[in-house]
Amino acid sequence: MAYQMNGSTVEHDEEGYITDLGAWNKELADLIAADENIEMTDEHWEVVNFLREYYEEYQIAPAVRVLIKAIKKTMGKDKGNNKYLYTLFPYGPAKQACKIAGLPKPTGCV
Amino acid sequence: MSEQEQEFSGSDVQKKFLYLNRRAPYGTIYALESLEVVLIGAAFDQDVSLAFLDDGVYQLLKGQDTKAIGMKNFSPTYRALGDYEVTKLYVEKESLEERGLSIDDLMEITYEDEDDDWAEKPSIQLVNRSEFAAIMAAQDVILSF
Repeated sequence: MAYQMNGSTVEHDEEGYITDLGAWNKELADLIAADENIEMTDEHWEVVNFLREYYEEYQIAPAVRVLIKAIKKTMGKDKGNNKYLYTLFPYGPAKQACKIAGLPKPTGCV
Repeated sequence: MSEQEQEFSGSDVQKKFLYLNRRAPYGTIYALESLEVVLIGAAFDQDVSLAFLDDGVYQLLKGQDTKAIGMKNFSPTYRALGDYEVTKLYVEKESLEERGLSIDDLMEITYEDEDDDWAEKPSIQLVNRSEFAAIMAAQDVILSF
């Protein structure tokens, strides 16, 4: 299974998470988002970039409650809450945003 | 929180879990598996602590570089434990000394104390062998990796 982009292919697992984390770029993010029926706005990018930074620092994709708490801390409670993040990513901010961010499925998402 | 929810998440059902880490970080999958179980288990609101003894103390060494063995360096993930409200990392003093190490050789791992205006505090606590025995005796569940 793979995403097709400008003639190149990027492999993904059965749930759509890419397997080679190094293969990610912004065009691919748009493509994965389109697959998820999400149109990327600045607000979406803010969360995706946040996740990529979190992964860079800690080498894990955070569970949803950890993500919400961390966003609350850095961006304030207007954004660090369930409602806001589920509005952006209806099928789960951690799962969907991580997929778009080219990260593995969150650790501790049960 | 409703009364019903309180009944289910009340302190009477909270157990003390200790994850015991005794092996070097690479070469076997134990250390990484333990860490993943801790992160997943953290969703269940239990009283969780981790212990590092014997070669397990190497898991917390700073400056780990795994390039040459082609494995992912997962050591930065220990620093995320505070976000998962896992804030007690016991390290046995004797195990460090037997390996010529001290606490200065370990990563700096901290958490933010919600009950103390989010003050940053160290997660690692150095304990000696007899203190460690007491910590183990106080647990409800011990998982050894």
